[in-house]
Amino acid sequence: MSKFRKKKKGMPAVNTAALPDIVFMLLFFFMVTTTMRETDLRIENPRLPAATEVKKLEHKSLVSTIYVGKSKTPEKHGQSFNRIQLNDKIATADQVPAFIINARSKVSEAEVPFMTTSIKADREANVGTIIDIRLKLRDVNALKLSYSASNSSGDN
Amino acid sequence: MARRDTPEINAGSMADIAFLLLIFFLVTTTMNVDSGVSKKLSEKPPPDYVPPIIKEKNIFEVNINRNNELLVEGERMEIKDLKDAALKFIDNGGGIGKVEEGVATGPCNYCKGERSDKSSDHPNKAIISVQSDRLTEYGTYLRVQNELLRAYSELRNRLSMERYKVPFAELEEAYKENRDNEGLKRRVEDIKKSYPQIISDAEPTSN
Repeated sequence: MSKFRKKKKGMPAVNTAALPDIVFMLLFFFMVTTTMRETDLRIENPRLPAATEVKKLEHKSLVSTIYVGKSKTPEKHGQSFNRIQLNDKIATADQVPAFIINARSKVSEAEVPFMTTSIKADREANVGTIIDIRLKLRDVNALKLSYSASNSSGDN
Repeated sequence: MARRDTPEINAGSMADIAFLLLIFFLVTTTMNVDSGVSKKLSEKPPPDYVPPIIKEKNIFEVNINRNNELLVEGERMEIKDLKDAALKFIDNGGGIGKVEEGVATGPCNYCKGERSDKSSDHPNKAIISVQSDRLTEYGTYLRVQNELLRAYSELRNRLSMERYKVPFAELEEAYKENRDNEGLKRRVEDIKKSYPQIISDAEPTSN
């Protein structure tokens, strides 16, 4: 009996050596996934206008984004806020149809009507630029459009 | 002689460090949910397209000049007053609605406007036309669009509360989650049809 009691004395510690491994795995997962997407911006991060009537964009894979704003290399592209970025390059409105057709080729035929174009434009961009893009989008029948805006419900 | 154990390095706090890093990354990463003002473009008209003739009183004209100033129906206006002006125009209900699929919609019996014969006949006839200059700032343009949409959502909301006792946003949300529900679908369509969003963009002015 005395022998039995002796064994009970030393409480075995739960081995937590593997815990850091698990946590590190999670950590790496988050680190990797958060840097994966988001194309390189050739323009300065657009200051999005605020709006209250915003809708969330669903189905990320069906959204193609056009950026409009001030170039990061003003010595090359000038100071205006009307530079258009498609994929990774500064482009002109004339290249928009090719951009849309290229985006369409990546999704299945059935999903094409649900494709949305999101315009992320700086609030100082000119309406003329946006309208140029819009006319080109209409030419290729990309009719679903979203003007990217930050949600400001509550104020004003 | 006492037997000595080799001392183990205490790795207990390792998890704490890792957790700290994990939480830091979790907090700082913005899973930026894209949101925006959605808009459906009209299809490209055929070359021989003749625009229909629309009565002047059914058009609500909004002009934005290059100094980001607003001209609404020929009068200067601040953006903050635009919503109420648009709301008044849409909700006027001065005449009879258009004929949809062979069914005359008749006078607007849910409108609470002034029923003046100088303003729109029916929400489904009321057209808001936005004309801006090429040099107008995009921020202003979007604010105007937003104010106009706010007018529509306020009206839809009011009608939805009256008919179904729920805000329109909730009705839409419920429908989104349950697309097969015919009853919900009918309600959403009913509200949308009662106050259709007709905002057209006129050719911009330049110079």
